[in-house]
Amino acid sequence: MRSENTIRVIALHVGVLAALFLVQFVLPDYHHLALTRVMLLAIYAMGYNMLFGYTGLLSLGHAMFFAAGLYGAGMTAYYTDLGVPLAFVIGIICGAALSLVIGVIALRTTGVAFMIVTMMFGQVAYLTITYFTDYTRGEEGLTMPTSARSFDLLGLHVDLTNAVQRYNLALGLLALTLLVIFVVVRGPIGRVLIAIRENETRTLMLGFDTFRMKLGALVLSGTISAMAGAAYGLMFAYVGATFATIQYSIEALLFTLLGGAGTILGPLLGSILMFYIIDITSEYTQAYLLVTGVALVVLVLFFPKGILGTIRERWLSWLP
Amino acid sequence: MAFGPFLLLATLEGLLQAAVLTLTALGLSLVFGVMRVVNVAHGEFYMLGAVVAWWVASMFSLHPAVGFFAALVISPLIVGAIAFASERLILKRLNYDPESTIVATIGMLYIIQQTVLLTYGPDARPVSAPFYYRIQLPWFGYSGYNLFVIAAAIVLLLAVWFVLSRTRLGLIMRATQFDREMAQAFGIPIERVYAFVFAAGAMLAAIAAVLIVPIRQAHYLMGLDPLLLSFIVVILGGLGSLRGTVIAALLIGLSDGIISVFFSPTLAKIISTLLVTLVLVFKPEGLFGAKAR
Repeated sequence: MRSENTIRVIALHVGVLAALFLVQFVLPDYHHLALTRVMLLAIYAMGYNMLFGYTGLLSLGHAMFFAAGLYGAGMTAYYTDLGVPLAFVIGIICGAALSLVIGVIALRTTGVAFMIVTMMFGQVAYLTITYFTDYTRGEEGLTMPTSARSFDLLGLHVDLTNAVQRYNLALGLLALTLLVIFVVVRGPIGRVLIAIRENETRTLMLGFDTFRMKLGALVLSGTISAMAGAAYGLMFAYVGATFATIQYSIEALLFTLLGGAGTILGPLLGSILMFYIIDITSEYTQAYLLVTGVALVVLVLFFPKGILGTIRERWLSWLP
Repeated sequence: MAFGPFLLLATLEGLLQAAVLTLTALGLSLVFGVMRVVNVAHGEFYMLGAVVAWWVASMFSLHPAVGFFAALVISPLIVGAIAFASERLILKRLNYDPESTIVATIGMLYIIQQTVLLTYGPDARPVSAPFYYRIQLPWFGYSGYNLFVIAAAIVLLLAVWFVLSRTRLGLIMRATQFDREMAQAFGIPIERVYAFVFAAGAMLAAIAAVLIVPIRQAHYLMGLDPLLLSFIVVILGGLGSLRGTVIAALLIGLSDGIISVFFSPTLAKIISTLLVTLVLVFKPEGLFGAKAR
């Protein structure tokens, strides 16, 4: 039974990735570009889900990790000539370092205090970016120079202005994230994290160092979010302070809640749906954030488990 | 201007800021204290108070004072009613679960803010002060209305203190805050207390906004700053402690103006937010609050 489920689960994920690969040949240009963005946002949301969905820690400042990757990579590419791959790695390192520092401080609190502390740190990060506006150009942002639009890696020439290469690069990163989360969540570490989510005191009593586990989850979550930010900045050649606002932190929460917190594919589904819902409504009104507000209230009132969470509960109990 | 008069002006401005901040933060503190709900939409109730005040004042074209005092009564009532309804429709159904209520109030924040954007528009609009009286000091002239705001805030604070500590209603609220289940066992209708407290918290923010709107204009994004400042005040003062809230609001209100003179406003915000976050991490009962039981 168990091995049968494992085959099903693997087939599902490979199927989703294959569908995303095949769909690029039929999509019109606009949706091709949109889906590239959505896949990167989905990585961000999957990182968020690692902390919120699996460990039960609700962060309201995750945009700071996305922004750490965004600025770490973007400013390296803008001010130095280290090249795109190195800038990407530096972005990820920035995110990992920031999440370690924030984690050590913020994880001393629990519950409501943790949410407020992360929100406040997120706000500090945003204000810091606007304070150093001479280097970061604040809300106006930095546009990557032409030298940072292509690179050679292992004998391959990658051109970031090429839409097809960008799409498949984003898909590759998504597949990598999916694999990492899949392995972590379905392994022993994932079980301990879920145990912490369900009952931290009991987990502690069973002899697990819950603080270190939570710190590990937060660093992994922040690093994945930073990777999404680094890729976003480099691929779309733009780095700006709007990506560090509270609203951006809430977007990760919304994507995760909509798709289903604590499901592997939930954030991806949530990102795709919410991106298009906002995209369509913003054609009609400038007040498209109204949709975000209504979605949050409706989800938390009627579908706290999200789409995939509800499906798992009702029909497909094997869904990871 | 010499340093002395300059300091006096900064202090007066600081007191004005502190007066409005105390009222707003008190609303947030009351809701958190009694209901254990972090109301992220609190700043939007403040904004709504100002916008409704503009709407009411623009309907009375007799004399600015008529419009202003009508707004001072009507605006908090409307905002209170909206808060009451959202408490019944949303927060109650969530059983006041801390995580869900935070997500829900974030949603409410966007709903209120964007609805105002759709109906009221993106412009900032002024409300005329009920009177113009300039107090001429030897060094500078100062608006008499500003002093009225400070006085009104003090009166309201005393009223809130009186209700909380000297009336039956206050006793019920304190009992609910102290031990929800025991209060219920003694026959206190805690659900009604919650709805009342949530509405009262929003009304305090709305009153603060009506008082300040003749000085600063009504705008659909004006709720964000008071929200963050109120958070800072409530955390510094100790979550749920009223005396601490008042002291912290005075401290933040007075120092905000003075720090902003010496540093850039952004740096001042960074430093104060960071300090407050560290207070919440290392001294969660606040600087003035009692130790948690």
